[in-house]
Amino acid sequence: MAHSQTKSLFTADLVMPAIKASFVKLNPAELVRNPVMFVTAAVAALMTVLLVVGHDPLAFGFKLQLAAWLWLTVLFGTFAEALAEGRGKAQAASLRATKAELTAKRLTGDGRAFDTVPASQLKVGDVVLVETGDLIPSDGDVVSGVASVNEAAITGESAPVIREAGGDRSAVTAGTRVISDEIRVKVTVEPGHGFLDRMIALVEGAERQKTPNEIALTLLLVGLTIIFLIAVGTIPGFAAYAGGSIPVAILAALLITLIPTTIAALLSAIGIAGMDRLVRFNVLAKSGRAVEAAGDIDVLLLDKTGTITVGDRQASEFRPVGGASEAELAEAALLASVADETPEGRSIVVLARERFHLDRAMPDGAEIIPFTAQTRVSGIRFGDTLIQKGAVDSILRANEGSGLTAAATELRRITDEIARAGGTPLAVARDGRLLGAIFLKDVVKAGIRERFGELRTMGIRTVMITGDNPLTAAAIAAEAGVDDFLAQATPEDKLALIRREQGGGRLVAMCGDGTNDAPALAQADVGVAMNTGTQAAREAGNMVDLDSDPTKLIEIVGLGKQLLMTRGALTTFSVANDVAKYFAIIPAMFVALYPGLGVLNVMGLASPQSAILSAIIFNAIIIPMLVPLALRGVAYSPMAAGPLLARNLAIYGLGGLVAPFIGIKLIDMLVGGLGLA
Amino acid sequence: MTLQGWFLILGFTAIVLTLAKPLGLWLFALYEGRRTPAHILLAPVERGFYRLAGIDPAQEQGWRRYAVHMLLFNAVLMAFTYAVLRLQAVLPGNPQGLAAVGEHLSFNTAISFTTNTNWQSYGGEGTMSNLSQMLGLTIHNFLSAATGIALAFALFRGFARREAATVGNFWADVTRITLYLLLPLCTVLTIAYIACGVPQTLAGVVDVQTLEGARQSLLLGPVASQEAIKMLGTNGGGFFNVNSAHPFENPTPLTNLIQMLSIFAIGAGLTWTFGKAVGNTRQGWAILSAMMILFLAGVTVSYWAEAAGNPALHQLGVAGGNMEGKEVRFGIAASALFSVVTTAASCGAVNAMHDSFTALGGLVPLFNMQLGEIVVGGVGAGIYGFLLFAILAVFVAGLMVGRTPEYVGKKIEAREVKLAVLAIAVLPLMILGLTALSSVLQQGLAGPLNKGPHGFSEILYAFTSAVANNGSAFAGLTASTPYYDGLLGVAMWVGRFFVIVPMLAIAGSLAAKKYTPEGAGSFPTTGGLWVGLLIGIILILGGLTFLPSLALGPIADHLAMIRGQLF
Repeated sequence: MAHSQTKSLFTADLVMPAIKASFVKLNPAELVRNPVMFVTAAVAALMTVLLVVGHDPLAFGFKLQLAAWLWLTVLFGTFAEALAEGRGKAQAASLRATKAELTAKRLTGDGRAFDTVPASQLKVGDVVLVETGDLIPSDGDVVSGVASVNEAAITGESAPVIREAGGDRSAVTAGTRVISDEIRVKVTVEPGHGFLDRMIALVEGAERQKTPNEIALTLLLVGLTIIFLIAVGTIPGFAAYAGGSIPVAILAALLITLIPTTIAALLSAIGIAGMDRLVRFNVLAKSGRAVEAAGDIDVLLLDKTGTITVGDRQASEFRPVGGASEAELAEAALLASVADETPEGRSIVVLARERFHLDRAMPDGAEIIPFTAQTRVSGIRFGDTLIQKGAVDSILRANEGSGLTAAATELRRITDEIARAGGTPLAVARDGRLLGAIFLKDVVKAGIRERFGELRTMGIRTVMITGDNPLTAAAIAAEAGVDDFLAQATPEDKLALIRREQGGGRLVAMCGDGTNDAPALAQADVGVAMNTGTQAAREAGNMVDLDSDPTKLIEIVGLGKQLLMTRGALTTFSVANDVAKYFAIIPAMFVALYPGLGVLNVMGLASPQSAILSAIIFNAIIIPMLVPLALRGVAYSPMAAGPLLARNLAIYGLGGLVAPFIGIKLIDMLVGGLGLA
Repeated sequence: MTLQGWFLILGFTAIVLTLAKPLGLWLFALYEGRRTPAHILLAPVERGFYRLAGIDPAQEQGWRRYAVHMLLFNAVLMAFTYAVLRLQAVLPGNPQGLAAVGEHLSFNTAISFTTNTNWQSYGGEGTMSNLSQMLGLTIHNFLSAATGIALAFALFRGFARREAATVGNFWADVTRITLYLLLPLCTVLTIAYIACGVPQTLAGVVDVQTLEGARQSLLLGPVASQEAIKMLGTNGGGFFNVNSAHPFENPTPLTNLIQMLSIFAIGAGLTWTFGKAVGNTRQGWAILSAMMILFLAGVTVSYWAEAAGNPALHQLGVAGGNMEGKEVRFGIAASALFSVVTTAASCGAVNAMHDSFTALGGLVPLFNMQLGEIVVGGVGAGIYGFLLFAILAVFVAGLMVGRTPEYVGKKIEAREVKLAVLAIAVLPLMILGLTALSSVLQQGLAGPLNKGPHGFSEILYAFTSAVANNGSAFAGLTASTPYYDGLLGVAMWVGRFFVIVPMLAIAGSLAAKKYTPEGAGSFPTTGGLWVGLLIGIILILGGLTFLPSLALGPIADHLAMIRGQLF
């Protein structure tokens, strides 16, 4: 699942089940969750009854059409929801198939023997054996062994990943397949509560809870409905004063056009589609609340490595000391790196070749000195020659005595310079003589500076988190254009920073993968855990990024904002629509009482009946017309709130004011042309 | 329309804008509990009150406590006034020897003055003794105004405070507002009115010989002081039945201007105070701008309609605008302006008879009140009513910037939305509901003087005025019946306190919230865009609800007038 393809909205395999489901959703018990649509359905039912028992002067055909369009209004709403859900259902089905075939080899007492049980019978604390070719039966932590695992079922990414006991890569997910070796996995979740189950529920929208914002909006819509109920419900009294009466069917039509049916019909579809967009983006949010919070984020905590800089440092300069030439240093650095397969080592080889056309050749009989955590120095020895490469302090320590030479002093000065420029120095020594330093540069990702600029215009502050010393951190921060940085950051520092920002009323987002990130992930308003991370991190965060790409945090904020904007835009549109509808129906309704009120018919609609019918038709068909917008979300580009509001108000506010005047007029002409009223 | 007319209207607007900041500063000092120049004289009085009542002004109250104390205070005052009116005949200060006020009239009047409505179902000078006027009624002119301002303070504190449990002390607020704001300002205004020729005496009646030689009894009384608070506190209950059209209440164009200015003064000042309280005076200016734009739009329509006059009369050879029901010393512009001012604010004083306005000239005051009197509005009530709409506007459109809606640093969430809708729905429910009821009941139909849409407007106007706590009368409706006295009394009570309680709940809920600092991503609530949005939301949500009723009342009336049909 979760392939980031963009599927067309209206394919037959999505639309047909959605049509069917839209009738199923007419069940009052389900409709009542959406009070505005429930009222609409109740009024539609009333109109249907009136067809038979009503005795008013209206023609049967007219009332029939009104009743039909009212039912369609309700059905368009349920259809929009069904269509939004349908897009997730297909994904859910394939996940379910995976889940159904899961069986476990549960280890018994002695740790070697096992019995085979359905995955649904596993309990927390059970240990299962997973061998080559097996599907992992339950979420858990690897307690022993190391294996490569294909997680395509969850992430859509077919390249296998390593899972091993201990460390930050111990978490495994049910439904993924071990493709080499075997591991023992300790079950950490109850059956039915695993990651796979959560994903199924999520993409299906089955356990969708209304988010705080949705609840508030629903309350507003209910309030508006009540106000318009009062407005319409009192009209018969007024009409009686004027010596007339208004048929119930007309009042019902007025009520339905005035209450905010458009946004009410699309509200849940917008929410489902917002989650769906996130899922397509390979991010799982554990709740809609988290997605909404993403839109509200004020501060982004971003890890330097992998987010702001490309993961690996690159050699960018040779800085010789003590009279050594640059070429001499380059040659020594090259020799020290011939066997160094780390990205940093390879970048030294590349730089030496570019600058001095030196070739990488291993001298005969050379002995490689590997890097160890104790010495923190690596190198090469051939003949009488020893070349060492490593952290400045380590090289100085390894060549005790040279610490007082002029070269060492110079090296320290260069080291400081490099750090201030945001780089990391690597010292090189040949036979105890300091040659100089290699400038390892943190390479800031292309375009990231512009991204931070965009975030700044949106009012979002970025804070870079790094283990580097403050000097290096400041330099990289300046180059990348982040607003602030936290250097030599420990997990406690991160947590404290988040608490401090939150104390100032700001919402904070971060991502993390390690177990020690878990408290900060839990504290953050939006905590995105990397899927490659530990189970603890994945539990603590309120989102999981299946691609484990920390840069996505920026896009997640955008998706959150888009969701809120879509809701706001359609609400504004819906409310603004009321003006035109009033001007269609009020004159039509009252012209019999006071013929002078005909001048309010500013649209010049053909007849009172066609005016009412046109308004009701417009009110209904605007829903399916806006379904694509609701599902795709309004166009979003990062900008400050002021211009954004101006743009959206122009489109959805003014547009919402004007569009129905045109729409109702056109429908009126069509209704007249077809002789419907 | 004349140049002088527009000069008056625009000059008036300019003075109101100029007054906003100095008065706002004064109010802000009271809001903060700081000293004002008036403290030099009155601080001992304030302390005396607290000692007498056993109140610690520093003790803060949560919104519930604040609400309960406010309700108790108002209920007791209402009962007191009811008792004074019923016992008028046996109480002193009754030089005319007037009889006790009737049951339903006392009920209606007690509520009317408690709720800052000052709807008068009676003729002032012929029904109320001096004691009733001064003790039973004038007391409310001060205290209902002070209550309104205190409530606005409580809401401001909700917006301004961070993670706080309290919204102020009701008793301290009311005492300080009365002593340090209303009393000094009224003293100055009273002297100004006396200087302009408004009577201020305890003598009841003066017999004079007129120029024609006839003898006439002229009613006098403490009119100037009554005028001062009647306008400043947006009360509107006149000493005389014809209110500010009476030459003793409002003798000259100058007093007319002062009266209009004092209606708007505190309301406009409170917008500035709000801005200051939430730490950005531009927030206050934005609100005042939206108010003044709505106000000028109303004045334009009204002035245009009145100046255009009645085509039926034009055909009879009577040229010019509509002078029916207007005082010649004020003319059309000053009357149209006064009618819009008094209904934009919840004052209800009149210097002309609104019933005699053209249909559209009568529609503007009606619409102003139906919006909830938020265009400057009643003292305190105007700004808190306006802020309810601001909350809804922020919520409807605020999502469009991709954030949970915020207003002046407070997140607007389900609870605030629910309460704001609840408060705003009170108006249509009561106005439209009671009008519809009276349109079908025999007791209701007995009220209006005129037929057709004009008669409907009379009923609609009465309930609108009552629910919105305006108190201005369209006239033409015989309201001193048990039916109308009772129903209008209920309407006034519900219209005031059923808005206040949810509003205070919002204040409490907001006070408890964290402050979200404003940034580039926050919804902008200063600037022209916001002002336009506010006006749009107010007109659509506040106004459209009433379109059917307006269509069947003044609009139908107007259209009929154009065709030469009068009611």
